[in-house]
Amino acid sequence: MALLDPVRVRNRLAGVAEALTSPLVPADYLDLFAPLRSGTDLRGRIEDVQPETADAATLVIRPGADWAGHVPGQYVRIGIDVDGVREWRAYSLTHGPRADGRISITVKAVPDGKVSTHLVRRARPGTLVHLEQAAGEFVLPPAGGKFLFVTAGSGITPVIGMLRNLFPATDGGVLRPPRSARHDIVVVHVAPSRPDSIFSRDLEALHAAGAIRLVARYDDVHGLLDVDDLATLVPDLTERPTFACGPAGLLDALERHHADAGLELFTEQFRVALVEAGEGGTVHFTQGGAVVEADGATPILVAAEDAGVLMPSGCRMGICYGCVLPMREGTVRDLRTGELTTADPMSSDAGGVPIQTCISAAAGPCHLVH
Amino acid sequence: MTAITKKPENPTAHLTPEDIEQIGVELDAIRQDIIDSRGASDAAYIRRIVRTQRHLELGSRAVLLASLFPPAWVVGTAGLSIAKILENMEIGHNVMHGQWDWMRDPKIHSTTWEWDNASPAEGWKHSHNQIHHTYTNIVGKDNDLGYGIMRVDEGQRWHPLYLLQPMWNFVNACFFEYGIAAYDLELGRNLAVPKDQRPETFKRSARNTLRKIRKQMTKDYVVHPALSGPSFLHTLAANFTANLVRNLWSHSVIMCGHFPEGVETFEKAAIPANETRGEWYLRQMLGSANISGSRAMHLMSGNLSHQIEHHLFPDLPSNRYAEIAPRVRELFEKYDLNYHSAPLPKQVASAWHKVFRLALPNGWLAETTPRNAPKQLAKLYRMTTGGPKVRRALSSAA
Repeated sequence: MALLDPVRVRNRLAGVAEALTSPLVPADYLDLFAPLRSGTDLRGRIEDVQPETADAATLVIRPGADWAGHVPGQYVRIGIDVDGVREWRAYSLTHGPRADGRISITVKAVPDGKVSTHLVRRARPGTLVHLEQAAGEFVLPPAGGKFLFVTAGSGITPVIGMLRNLFPATDGGVLRPPRSARHDIVVVHVAPSRPDSIFSRDLEALHAAGAIRLVARYDDVHGLLDVDDLATLVPDLTERPTFACGPAGLLDALERHHADAGLELFTEQFRVALVEAGEGGTVHFTQGGAVVEADGATPILVAAEDAGVLMPSGCRMGICYGCVLPMREGTVRDLRTGELTTADPMSSDAGGVPIQTCISAAAGPCHLVH
Repeated sequence: MTAITKKPENPTAHLTPEDIEQIGVELDAIRQDIIDSRGASDAAYIRRIVRTQRHLELGSRAVLLASLFPPAWVVGTAGLSIAKILENMEIGHNVMHGQWDWMRDPKIHSTTWEWDNASPAEGWKHSHNQIHHTYTNIVGKDNDLGYGIMRVDEGQRWHPLYLLQPMWNFVNACFFEYGIAAYDLELGRNLAVPKDQRPETFKRSARNTLRKIRKQMTKDYVVHPALSGPSFLHTLAANFTANLVRNLWSHSVIMCGHFPEGVETFEKAAIPANETRGEWYLRQMLGSANISGSRAMHLMSGNLSHQIEHHLFPDLPSNRYAEIAPRVRELFEKYDLNYHSAPLPKQVASAWHKVFRLALPNGWLAETTPRNAPKQLAKLYRMTTGGPKVRRALSSAA
């Protein structure tokens, strides 16, 4: 009988439940009691915080029922409230799938790292965190082996993530845990000149500790890198699957080179969070496709309207929130306070960071969902 | 009240333009202190309130399943009334203001929140956050001033229909959520337009509002009563009562915010086109009134008891208004301005007094004494039954 068709019965019951809870949804009430159940937003509960060193800890998290599992080496984006503000960061999953169904990440508290410091020093068992499903194609085989990383400029970021995961750098020096002993890694890092950044210092520290072999190529010292020179720089190149991350020009050259030589290559075009706040910038509207040049003193709302974009707006003085749009990527400056707000795909909510366009000026290129 | 610029003594006359800008600077500093210090404890506060409200609502509705039994009816109705008040006042109104947007939690955010009220969030955010908070107390621009159905200023010409405004106000209080929905839609203005010429945006908003009202009604008057089985009618009555209590309460609190005697109104023409931030702040300072009282009073009013602080800083978290109130008050005293604050009964009485006073011709209530009452009533009768000429002649005679 059609009336007893289980799908229809379930839909009917769901309809009644929605009518009971309108304008909220049943999940708003169910989540009070069972935040990790199936069918709700993916969350996890921190069950254990194990100190690894003075400034690093492993967090063991019980993921919600809808967790789909992961491949070793993938990362997970975790949303956690720090000082009351939801922050998202990506961390590599430090273990393969575990028998108890839990997942773990190892976090090092980096200086000025708001989220990492919070996770290492203040996260307590019982805390709920928000999760996304595991992601990442750029995965080191956990079985170990010989590998080559070729990175250029800020393309170092995901590689640093992997290396930090393999060899946690602590105040006491670089750790070389047993799980990393199986990895033999060479890094060819290319940059215009030797950058004074935490990343290059990390690479040098890893090299000094013997965890990796670093081949740094700075254009101003060594001239532009020719991919044909790789075989000279890395004598055992043919034994090493290559992981490359950097600008499209380098990746294209590597793809041609490796294809000709019959070598294995994995690439990642990784968008990087290090946005230098500037004065003004290009504002992209992802849905309408409009591109607007905005200076550093004009609200994005005004610049966009002057360029003919139909914008939601309200009081135009920062009080009514009628003009809020999510920013996927970029930096804006609050014209009242000078405060900067930054969004990037790795460390912000998947929907973007909502900004008030009427009091925000572009501080570099921005991508708004509109 | 009379618009500030028409008063014999303008209460801002002693302030220089520099004073006004300095007030703005000092208020900005107070705002910045809160922004710099808001954090985990504030987030914990709003989550605790949301959690408490949901438990209270669930519990009350569970008790009402047995509302056939009088004690269950009383307990459930009381609990549901409080839950509905919390949901509209401390949670819904404040979340939709963006007070909690800084937490970046999509579940407690002005762009996603929908409240337990006839008016959909979208329309409310436009008419309340944008129109009312920007054009606060400007006669003719701020619809909150009398909701377009009442005479709220001596400057509005009196008409005999205004004699009914106390009744109107009471009816509006009982069904306040529908009153809000109607004026969020600018129903009066839009219905005056022939049907085929009404703007598309109005038609869309009207459909959304009707859909919302249908869902609200289905919840409170069909599904929950039906679940109560033999208690159907009792639960229906309980839900109606809870909505009535919430409407009366929120109407009273909101009336206290801008309506008590002594709160200033402003002329449209007297607002400069490029009103400075300092001038805007000053208008908010003079156009709002506070309710003094206990912490419970502040919570149940959604901290609209700190209406002055709320109007100065509509997007600061409501739990912090109490903390900045003394600093704001000091600023009023420093610049010799009237910080309008009184207990709830006094403010409600004052607001109702104004409703009655303005229901009558200008000056009528003040002039009337027990001795001249018969004469005054005769005059009122003539003004009510006579034409505009009679009214003009009699009111200028007064």
